[in-house]
Amino acid sequence: MVPPRRRQSYDGVVLAVPVTVPYQRYSIETAHWWMGKALRALAEGAGISHRDFDGFSVASFTMGPDVAVGLTQHFGLSPRHIDHVPMGGASGIVSLRRAARAVQAGDADIVACVAADTNSVDSFRNLLEGFSRFSQDAVYPYGAGGANGSFALIARHYMDRYGATREDFGKLCVAQRENALKNPHALMKKPLTLDQYMSARVIAEPFRLFDCVMPCAGAEAFLVMREETATSLGLPFVRLLSAIERHNAFPDDPMQVRGGWVMDRDELYGMAGVAPDDMDFVQTYDDYAVISMMQFEDLGFCAKGEGADFVRQHTFTIDGSFPHNTSGGQLSVGQAGAAGGHLGITEAIRQLLGIAGGTQVRDARLGLVSGFGMINYDRGLASAAAVLARA
Amino acid sequence: MTEPLAKPKRKNPLARTRQPLLPPSARSRKAHGLTLAASVGRFMLQCCGECGRYTYPAREACPSCLSSALSFRDAPTGGLLLSETRIEVTSDPYYRERMPWRAGLVKLDCGPNVVTHLHGDCGGSGVRVAMSLQLDKAGQAVFFAKPVSETPHMEDDPQWRELIADPKHRRVLISDGRSATAVALVNALKKAGAAKIFVGVAEQWKPFEERSSLEAIEGVELVDLDLTSERSVQELAMDIGAKVEILVNTADHVRPAHLFDAGAANTVRDAMDHTVMGLMRLAQAFGPVMRSRGADGATGAVAWVNLLSVHGLSNAPQFGVHSVAHAACLSLSQWLRNELRPGGIRVINAFTGPLDTEWFQTVPPPKVAPKALADAIIDGLKRGLEDIYIGDVAKDIEARLFDNPKAVEREAGR
Repeated sequence: MVPPRRRQSYDGVVLAVPVTVPYQRYSIETAHWWMGKALRALAEGAGISHRDFDGFSVASFTMGPDVAVGLTQHFGLSPRHIDHVPMGGASGIVSLRRAARAVQAGDADIVACVAADTNSVDSFRNLLEGFSRFSQDAVYPYGAGGANGSFALIARHYMDRYGATREDFGKLCVAQRENALKNPHALMKKPLTLDQYMSARVIAEPFRLFDCVMPCAGAEAFLVMREETATSLGLPFVRLLSAIERHNAFPDDPMQVRGGWVMDRDELYGMAGVAPDDMDFVQTYDDYAVISMMQFEDLGFCAKGEGADFVRQHTFTIDGSFPHNTSGGQLSVGQAGAAGGHLGITEAIRQLLGIAGGTQVRDARLGLVSGFGMINYDRGLASAAAVLARA
Repeated sequence: MTEPLAKPKRKNPLARTRQPLLPPSARSRKAHGLTLAASVGRFMLQCCGECGRYTYPAREACPSCLSSALSFRDAPTGGLLLSETRIEVTSDPYYRERMPWRAGLVKLDCGPNVVTHLHGDCGGSGVRVAMSLQLDKAGQAVFFAKPVSETPHMEDDPQWRELIADPKHRRVLISDGRSATAVALVNALKKAGAAKIFVGVAEQWKPFEERSSLEAIEGVELVDLDLTSERSVQELAMDIGAKVEILVNTADHVRPAHLFDAGAANTVRDAMDHTVMGLMRLAQAFGPVMRSRGADGATGAVAWVNLLSVHGLSNAPQFGVHSVAHAACLSLSQWLRNELRPGGIRVINAFTGPLDTEWFQTVPPPKVAPKALADAIIDGLKRGLEDIYIGDVAKDIEARLFDNPKAVEREAGR
């Protein structure tokens, strides 16, 4: 085999029009309703018709029985690049990567990346029950704890092995809540203290209530295009410097202690020509604080096993020494299904455009967004990350 | 430490009986390889015929070499507990009323990781565990991890008890007290802690030898039960139906006949009336009430055992009539298994070769002693089996049927 080709840069690829359709705990509407709202907001934000989007990339757990192509008719789109990215928390960055190459190659000019999920009273249980074949056969029948039960096993092991404590996880959760109080879209409106975090009711040992995200309905969306397109439309934009994805990394690790970021992080920083320390903020995929901690390690902010120490040494609020999940993250904004993987991207775009309002990190010029998804059986399979920069 | 199971309190007649629910039961077709293993108490996993690696969860291709030659093979039962959790919140109704629930991730000695139910006495991460495959209330195969060595009252662990049919503190009905197996079964059930044993006897005015032995055992009550009479069966069900948590159907009717004998059809009809029709009458009378009591406390209705001839699986001409009747019983038993599943009631088929009793007087050994049969049934209840093969003849036929059913047919009667 010839050696792998050097990856082409993302020069000229930009992101614009970050859209959040405000979340609701429960919704009587379908995912399509949420997608429609997001598409309209993208079109209004871009000052063009949604029919001008010639690329459409969608992520959703609850759009069934429809597929992406069916949605084009639903929304009156006629795209020439279309994608369905069912990768949970990695969907946002994976959508971005594919859209970036499409606009670079000229296969499309403007790709609308939309993630939307609804949450009816019973839809979360249905989602858990039929999440994957392995989950159906080999996880759900064992106490039906869903993602909480599966990640509890990963968290317990991580704590035993590296000495992380619930206080460490709690510090991240409390900081995110503080950030969320400055974000009008966040569903969580009340402050959270470490005491409250520590003494909340048990969900699945070692997790208690505030370790877990709240499923809700909502949508996140953004546009990917070439710089000249954005300029001609008069849209403010941010640049994509680099992006990685990896699936089912380290299958021989008996227990998940790392994600695929480790395999590709050198490339991530190499392509962008930056180092971890250069980041003005980091948006990790925070389905659980322990996973954020793994991302600190795997994305090179500290060594493996030092995540807890790193947490002890830093502060994670907007004005902290390590601004992290500035919107409040899924833990405090809510987890709108697959939109949880886009939340970090829309927030990063706002930060770099300087339009983040109450959550704005001062002089944010460079940010990292990370995605993680799909606990198919005993571990999360998909990991992804991107570096974005102010234009 | 497992709390010993307390003797159940008298039920409050005003309290609502909890409706049975089932754990999540959807499985892929391949996953039923585990169901097959669990039903007979074996521990089997998919193993690659090309590279020899075990794999789990059930797949269609080996992740090491992509061979599709994955068959279920016996595997070593040891493993290492990597991590554990106690789930306290779920959206599943069955588990919701059984919280908290312990689950763990075990690295099996043969390679794969399994998510498993966890016995309460298993320590934390890093301990060795002994794995088994069990059938849950939905009849689906699940892994269960136990401590490697015995702990006090370990059989009373509430999660373990969901997967078995332990007679302890339960009330049992044996359908035919005249069966040569009745005394042995009663003794074995007593030893296993059964609270009460009803023994059905048809036409009580006809004396039988074991009557005095049965009456001498504490907790035994002889009741009128004639399986050939729908009325008799219905009357007993009205009387004690709601008190039966384990039903052991021992009905049999061994009458030899050659296929070309004049009157052979009558012999078959008679045998069918006692066995398959008897089972049908029992099922109609006791099935519904048992099904409704599948979640009635820690000692609710749990199992229905049918004692079947292994020759019901493949006809043996020397027991032609018997084979025919028990083939029909087996089919009915499978039907019953489906009907009782919503209640979480386990239907156990106990297949046996000829018993060491007067009706098999002319048959050469090996034959099954009633005590061996009784012990095997109790063992099956306590381990949560679904198909039990008792004695050398039954085990031989089981193995040969698994290997080549046509050979069993051709060699029958030789």
